[in-house]
Formats: sequence, structure tokens, C-alpha cells
Amino acid sequence: MKIPLSYNARSLLQRPVSTLLTALGIALVVAVFIGMLALANGFRTALTRTGSNQNVLVLRKGADSELSSGLDRQAASILSSSPHIATGSDGRGLFSPEVYVIIPLPRKGADTNAVANVVVRGISPAAWAVRSRIQIEAGRRPESGRAEVCVGKKMAERFDNTGVGETLRFAGRNWNVVCRFSAGGSAFESEIWGENEQFMPVFRGQAFQSVTFRLKDPAGFEEAKRTLEADRRLTVDVHRESDFYAEQSELLGRILQILALMITSIMAIGAIFGAINTMYAAVASRSPEIAVLLTLGFQPRSVLASFLAESALIALVGGLLGALVAIPINGMVTSTTNWASFSEIAFSFRVTPTLILAGICFALVMGVVGGFFPARRAARMPVVQALR
Amino acid sequence: MKFFPLVLANLGRHKRRTILTIASVALALFLFASLRTVVTTIDRAAQFGSARRLVTINATGLVFPLPLSYGNRLQAMKGISGVTWANWFGGRYGDNKRFFAQFAVDPTSYLAMYPEISLPEDQKQAFIRERSSAIVGRRLLDVFGWKLGQNVTIQGTIFPGDWTFTIRGVYTPTDAVINDDMMLFHHAYLEERIGRPGIAGWYVLEIEDANNAAGIAKAVDDQFRNSTAPTKTGTEQAFNASFATMWGNVSLLMGTIGMAVVFAILLVTANAMMMSARERTGEVAVLKTIGFKDRTLFGLVMLEAGIITVTGAVIGLGGAKLLYKASNFNAAGFLPGFDVTGNTLLLGAAVALLLMLASGLVPAFRAARLPVVQALRTVE
Repeated sequence: MKIPLSYNARSLLQRPVSTLLTALGIALVVAVFIGMLALANGFRTALTRTGSNQNVLVLRKGADSELSSGLDRQAASILSSSPHIATGSDGRGLFSPEVYVIIPLPRKGADTNAVANVVVRGISPAAWAVRSRIQIEAGRRPESGRAEVCVGKKMAERFDNTGVGETLRFAGRNWNVVCRFSAGGSAFESEIWGENEQFMPVFRGQAFQSVTFRLKDPAGFEEAKRTLEADRRLTVDVHRESDFYAEQSELLGRILQILALMITSIMAIGAIFGAINTMYAAVASRSPEIAVLLTLGFQPRSVLASFLAESALIALVGGLLGALVAIPINGMVTSTTNWASFSEIAFSFRVTPTLILAGICFALVMGVVGGFFPARRAARMPVVQALR
Repeated sequence: MKFFPLVLANLGRHKRRTILTIASVALALFLFASLRTVVTTIDRAAQFGSARRLVTINATGLVFPLPLSYGNRLQAMKGISGVTWANWFGGRYGDNKRFFAQFAVDPTSYLAMYPEISLPEDQKQAFIRERSSAIVGRRLLDVFGWKLGQNVTIQGTIFPGDWTFTIRGVYTPTDAVINDDMMLFHHAYLEERIGRPGIAGWYVLEIEDANNAAGIAKAVDDQFRNSTAPTKTGTEQAFNASFATMWGNVSLLMGTIGMAVVFAILLVTANAMMMSARERTGEVAVLKTIGFKDRTLFGLVMLEAGIITVTGAVIGLGGAKLLYKASNFNAAGFLPGFDVTGNTLLLGAAVALLLMLASGLVPAFRAARLPVVQALRTVE
């Protein structure tokens, strides 16, 4: 027969301090667990969202990032006549040859040494349509032939002179900020966009770094890749945009995840030790009670289950508390250098329901593991001795 | 101290509990030391730099090259006693699972500029003589199992193609901050293969007098202000410091986690101490009855807490120090010179002391203030 759960709940209330301390310990572990994975998750999501699986990114053969790539005008013109390019509403191809550079910008308010490497992307007018998530939040698009730039949403909070109407200075020139755009939380929101023809002469001369176009047939990627890479006039690598950005997040995303798991597993061991102590003390102080239960005819199995449940209950309280602590960090913006592209990206912590569930499960595991040996001792208690 | 055996006996009563609590403290301080060392390692890299070395980069940004012709003009400037230049190569080796940095450098002037990169004289000469040779850090040799004289092929990402270098030397940095997993090869070889565009990624200048750093930096930038590639010159330390800031707010992140770890373990220790104290209420009353002073009982509980936290701290902090030392850990090249500093150890000891106070004070006060009659009445 099962011992009712209310027995455990009442027992826990009998020793509130000890229960609470143990639960709080577990709560902290769960909070760190959720928080760190939310960081890794947010970083990955920002980059994964950057790419669209309908877009194709073309780089010079062997280049592992836009920064190290280079495509001359002739290559761009050959690419522009590819039959795989979708046509926009204006009848022109959804095709954007782009200039991609990284410039140092001093962070807002910090000391003069604190610089971030910011992506400056020179686009063609079609780029706004090629990237379907881009939305201009304030201002208007930069006009062709003018020294005007549009700034990603996450830039404005972190750098001076990035507001609409202000003037940003880089590459030895002044640039009027004429708009601010959002991009669904993606890495584009950490970039500065302007016209490619404006950026070419001030940065790296008459060459593009990459070409991005929308596929006419989303299923036709393999076909497009084959024909373009086989074209003898071109030496290019053709990437699906979504895969490319997912790969860019691989290195740091994995480091963050490993770090999260390492730190939390060490913390978890500490918390489990705490749970073991608490449960052994509980079993020891309640031995007469346990003996009575056994005498009444409850199976040792039931006693074991009951004490495991009690330990799990403490952990559950801890898990819920930890989740409560961790939830407010959702959406908090942080930034770091993505070493795969040598540029800084700002992203939000992302606490997902799955992550919260994982955190609570993690807490339960700590509770069950910590409770097992004490519960076994309870189940094996010699009745006569305990009653005496 | 005559009560020491009594405290030990108390600790030995619940051996399991004592050991688990000590282990929790040890784990917490191990984590604390590890997290803090990430911060101190980055800080140390940010502070590294000889006062006599300046770095000149393109004013537009580090990723833009400078003309190779600047070398001679810099060399001719007053107050500058040495000039060298380098280029980031950005190659991939094998499956690219283990990243390492490659630099194209001017061998003679670069090794003269950085005495911290030390290698045997014969290897140095062999490297300088052979255009397609390279030197690598000791760690790379261990990671990939390379040997002296071996040919290694790198795939260029910025400079396309396969690049084969013969390893002619192995260096060991005399300062741990300098990465021991770089590959250095001839800048002239790079120039030759990419069609002599005449570019250098950045220049490093040695100045005669460290006090003139600011003036010389300004003179250099003034000299190139109206040329095609204006420069930005600063001390090597400022250059490294700006690199370190690229990590973003690591210290806040590590600090927050460190706090959470310490606090979580505080709860575990405090709980253990309170449980022990509660079980001994009767005993304490007996001790008081036979004449133990309140102060003594207070001390006994604190001593017990102290032994637990100090033992844990010694294991945790010592373990961290030894483990990272023995495994020569450097986070796959990201954190060269990863070593738990004395400062971190001291801070860890302070944390242990704090743990002792926080976990011991409540039970100790309770023991000291225990009303004897009442306590004895409740003894079962």
C-alpha cells in the first residue's frame, strides 16, 4: 500500500528551516542551470534566426566567413544572371552583392579602451527584400549615392551617435544615421547597413565580400549549389544562409553549453550532498515513526518510495523557486564577440518552456539521487531496534 | 585548545555528514577559484605589454592592412629603435576541430622584438634561413604530434589555397601570457605567394624611451594622417586591453555565478551545522551543567564549523591550483597562462572564513544561550 504524500508534506513542514535551506540550495543550482543555458540558447537563436533557408550566401572558395571572403564585380555579375534567383515585386532579382567589414567602435560610457568590433554591411537596394525579417522601425532607407546608414536596433543602446538623426563617424568620414531597423532578434540587429557602392571606396576597394540571393524554388538549393560551384568562371562556395549562420554559432555556442553543464554539474553534486545530509537527518530523527509504519504493514518498498518522494518534493520546491529566479533574465540583452566572425553580437537571454522544464527535471534528479540512500536506510530499518 | 579532541569527536560522530559537507565546501571553492581565474587570466592579458613597445594599426580598423612601405618610414623616425610587422593568416588545419593562430611575421625583426618568444639559437637560424619554414609553440607539437622538420599543410581562408610549411623550430614563451600554440612563418613568403600586394596587418615599434610613448605615437599618426591609410598607434598594453574587452562582460557573468555557487554551498553547510546542533541540544545542556562556560560552548561550535570550511577550502583551492597547473590548461588556446593566482587563493580563504561565520554563528549563539533547565527537560 502507498503511503500518502500528505504524510511527507507534513513532515517537511515539521522542520521548515532545514527543508527551506536544502530547497534554496537546489534552487540556486537550477537558476544557474537555466540562466547559463538561456545564454547559450539566446546566442544560438540569434545566429540561427539570421539566416533564412530560402536564401543563398555565396563566398569565395575556402573562405570561412564573410570577412575573409572576396568576390570581384565580374563574379557578382555572373552570379546575378543565375536562373535560380527569385524575382521581387518590382520585377528585379532578389539579389544583393555586399561589402562586409568590421570596424572598432567605442562602447557607450565605458573607458576608451573598450571597443567592440562592429559589422558594417554595404548592401544593394534589393537587400531589404532579400532579408524578409528586416523591418525599419524609425526613419527611412538610406538613399543611393549619399553618405547615409541604417543602424540595427541593438546598436543604439550600446554605442554613441547611433540614434536616428545623429552622425556616426567611421572610416574617416561622417555618416548620417537615417533609420533604425529590427531583424527579429537576429545578428543583423548588431550591424550597420549602408549602400555597397558608398562603402567600397572607403574600405577595401572595388570588391564585394559576399552575395546573397533569394531562391526562386526553395527546394532548388542543391541544384543552384551544383551549377554555381561548377561554373568555371567562378571560384565560389555556395552556402544555404541558415546553415552558414548556424555554423557560425557552433564554436561559441558549444563552449557556452559545455561551460554551463560543467559548472552546474559541479554545483549539483554539492546540492545533492546537501540533500543527502538533510534526508539522513530526517530518517534518523524519525526512526520510531518509520518503525511504526513498517509495523502497521507498509511494505519496505512503500517506505522507500515515500522517502524518495519526500526528497523529490524538497527538490521540486527548489526547482520551482530556481525557475522563478531565472525567468526574469529572459530578454536581458548581453553581448560578446563571436570569434567565428570576429564581430560582436548582442543577443537576449532566452528562457524557453523547455528549458524551465529541463531545470525542474534536473532538480528532481538531484532530489531523487540525494534521497536514495537515506530512503533505502529507512526501508531497511530494523523494526524492533527502532521502536525500542 | 584542550577541547580540540572533543570537537574532533563531534565531527566524527556523523562521519558521513562531515565528509559530505567538507566535500560540498571543496567543490564550491574549486568552482569559485576556476571562475575567478577566467577573469584574472583575461585581466592579466589585458595588462600585458612592454612599456617600450607600440602597436600601429590602420585607423579604420584592425582588419584593414597597412602598406608595407610604412616599415622604412617608421624605422627612420626619431625615438624608434626597432620595427617589425605581422599579418593574421587565418588558416585551418585538418578538420579544424582544434583552432590555433598563425601569423606571417618578419622573422629576424619579430624575434628581436619579442624576446619572450624563446627558442634555441640553431632553430632560430634555421627558421630565418628557410623561406617556407615555420616555428610553432611547444603545445601545438603535443596537440598534433608534430615533429621538427615535418611538413604541415594549412588551408588558407583569407589567402586561399594550401600552404605547406616545414617546422624548423619550437618556441617556449618565457611569459605565460604569450600563447604557446601559435605558428609563425615568413611574411615574405606570404607576400610572394599572393602576388606582392605589399601589405602588413600591423606594425610593432620598439621605442628608445618608454616615457616618450605618447609623443611618438602621435608623431607616427601625424606622419600618416593624410596618406591613403591613416594609422592609429598606441601602447602594446592598450592594444591588448582593447582586445580583452571584446569578451564582453565576462567578469560580471563569472562573478554572478561565483556568488550563486558560494551561496548555495553556504546553505548546505549552514544546514549541516544546524542539524548537528539540534541533535546535541541535550549534550550542550549537560556540558553547561558540569561547568562549561557559554563562551567556551560558542567557541566549540565555531571551531567545528571552522574545521569543516577550512578543510574544504584547502582541498578545493589547492585542488584547483594543482589541477590547472598539472594539466597545463589553457581553454584550447583562448586563455593562455591559466593559473590560479595567490590573490584568488586569498580571496577563496576569505570566502571560507565567511562560510564559517555564516554557518556557525546561529548554532553557536544558540548553544551559548541555551537555557539549561528547559533543554534538559526536553531530552528524550
